[in-house]
Amino acid sequence: MTGARYVLALDQGTTSTRAIVFDQAGRMVAVRQREHHQHFPQPGWVEHDALEIWRNLRRLVPAALADAGIPPAGIAAVGVANQRETTVVWERDTGRPIHRAIVWQDTRTGSLVEQLATEPDAAEVTRRCGLPLAAYFSATRLRWLLDTVPGARPRAEAGELLFGTMETWLIWNLTGGPDGGVHITDATNASRDMLMDIHTLQWDPLLLRFFDIPAAMLPEIRPSLQVYGQCRTLVPGAPVAAALGDQQAALFGQTCFEAGEAKCTYGTGSFLLLNTGPELVRSTHGLIPTVAYQRDGEPPTYALEGSIAVTGSLVQWLRDGLGLIASAPEVETLARTVADNGGCYVVPAFAGLFAPHWRGNARGVIAGLTSYVTRGHLARAVLEATGWQTREVIDAMNADSGLPLRALRVDGGMTANNLLMQFIADILDTPVVRPMMAETVSLGAAYAAGLSVGLWPDLAALRRNWHRAAEWLPAMEPALRDREYENWKFAVTRTFDWIREEPAG
Amino acid sequence: MPGAIQSVERAAAILQLVAEYPAELGLTDITETLQLAKPTTHGLLRTLRDLGFVEQLDPGGRYVIGESLAHLGQRRLDANELRSHSVNWCDSLAGRSGLATRVAVQPAGAPGEPVIVHHVFRPDDSSQTLQVGTTVPAHATALGLVLLAGSPALRRHRPRQLERYTGRTVTDPARLATELAAVRRQGWACRSEEYLVGEAGLAAPIRNTGGRVVAALGVAGPSDLLCDTRRRPRPDLLRLVAETARAISRDLAIARR
Repeated sequence: MTGARYVLALDQGTTSTRAIVFDQAGRMVAVRQREHHQHFPQPGWVEHDALEIWRNLRRLVPAALADAGIPPAGIAAVGVANQRETTVVWERDTGRPIHRAIVWQDTRTGSLVEQLATEPDAAEVTRRCGLPLAAYFSATRLRWLLDTVPGARPRAEAGELLFGTMETWLIWNLTGGPDGGVHITDATNASRDMLMDIHTLQWDPLLLRFFDIPAAMLPEIRPSLQVYGQCRTLVPGAPVAAALGDQQAALFGQTCFEAGEAKCTYGTGSFLLLNTGPELVRSTHGLIPTVAYQRDGEPPTYALEGSIAVTGSLVQWLRDGLGLIASAPEVETLARTVADNGGCYVVPAFAGLFAPHWRGNARGVIAGLTSYVTRGHLARAVLEATGWQTREVIDAMNADSGLPLRALRVDGGMTANNLLMQFIADILDTPVVRPMMAETVSLGAAYAAGLSVGLWPDLAALRRNWHRAAEWLPAMEPALRDREYENWKFAVTRTFDWIREEPAG
Repeated sequence: MPGAIQSVERAAAILQLVAEYPAELGLTDITETLQLAKPTTHGLLRTLRDLGFVEQLDPGGRYVIGESLAHLGQRRLDANELRSHSVNWCDSLAGRSGLATRVAVQPAGAPGEPVIVHHVFRPDDSSQTLQVGTTVPAHATALGLVLLAGSPALRRHRPRQLERYTGRTVTDPARLATELAAVRRQGWACRSEEYLVGEAGLAAPIRNTGGRVVAALGVAGPSDLLCDTRRRPRPDLLRLVAETARAISRDLAIARR
């Protein structure tokens, strides 16, 4: 592998796929991106065409290598980061999917979940896989495909069909497809399927029986950092050396390798992950335990995850729903026209409340309205809502893990908002730090792959690549912080149980 | 100085008239009021209509001021929007130059000093303070010089007394004017030890689609890292800064199309 100095990260996201080339200093050398179609066959259903995504990748990789001026032989390793829980089933002999991929946002298995929840083993399921029984994870989607696509179940039992999440699908195709493709998943992605024992990192017979899934179609569970095989196409000979779910990849890219280190990715929704080290922490506060990463030959590192459904999308609502701003960044300009929230609180429980409340019947409120409140106050309350939701998840994490947060590492589009970042530092009473390299998901995949093949010697070398681009220090009066948090919590209670059994009107 | 351009004067007169009597005047009214030949008025109105400066309420009907003129000069570039387009480019510039990177704008409607709207730390993980919201002196910094050079109105409003910060600060208005002309000609500014001893800055303009300077992008750090012994900027740094400023200008143009 002399001369191979670059890492290729493949970031297969919900709306687009990207091929990014990184150099040994962890700097981006080239990036190519392509969106794929979102299919909405029914309300609540979301599908992707897995073949379209693979075709996109086939165009992106040569273009990115050309941009970087690097021959395929210059790539030391390929790493994959992917949208999690999205489910694909395809034919082993042809590589043709039997159905479009069912995306993580899809809610079609809601009634199946309700039915499964009444079965006697339901509590044992949660104990073994660590996850609450929910349509969010892959198992019920796979079950739906087996129940719905004609002939799928017998063919799956006969070993003719393969199941995978996106990293499984892409790695199988990269390493030869029908002609000897490697059929694997990594422990982080597998920890979101509901079929894996979260302690042993093996498929669990009870879970497979509970969801009625044939073992013959499942990929082999591998560490996140391991050479799975060599590429047979696009970058022939390059080792595929890592795979991570996108949020775990961001945690890795932020170099949160120690227990107690946490990152939050602020996008449409937001995802907070706290490294809890080799110990699995079961949450009593509505958080999800998950595998953070697993290095080859080592026990896994775990994380606690808290997801917030509505953050950036609340700003989009201010722009598109209310028309108060022309572009999302202008929310900061509008919010700075006033000194405080004017007593106004926005709780964006648009589709219920996620962690740590888990109230499906909640709906959003604007509380504390008086004639004093202006659009500026509303803009400020909108930004503060993202801050307070972060605080609630952090509080839950502190309570569950007993690991007090020392600093929060942030990434994602909303980190360009200074007012919000300062507010988060203020109300967490913790420094908030943005790294120099904003593309933490693809960087995490690149780091993992490079580490796997020895391009970097150890985790410490990756840490040395990490640099602060900005830091916000807490500066709020404790009394004000406490009073505002009380007000927020009171406003949250106003959202509970809005959806009642008998539809109103 | 060449004389006034007649067709521009006439077009301006039409716009003033339409703005004063919106939706009241047709082609004949305008021709008669301004005492122009009908084909001349028609040609001017057609040109203004094609530019979006006037609109007809219905074909052959009365005129109003058009969308594009109504918005001209109104939608100022939002500083926070500018930051969101600058973040990735500035991270990359700071990463490749090893220097602190900042974006500054002239505050709206005021002749005050330039304000920092985005700041990326020097990537050495030393303790640094976010400078967003602070000001820098226009005549003594590279960021300020780029903004001054790009704005005739700003130059008119400069105070006669230029404050002295170091022994090297340019305080003579005539010499400043010469240096600003050079900044305009070369498309960048470099200041060494005119504000802080031992510190230098290198900056280039961020422009809107019309070419107007809307912000300045620059790196700052120890003089001996940015400049050679004759206080000239390092060519590789100059290229990085200029390329990054152009990339942000391009992104802004796409986003605001």
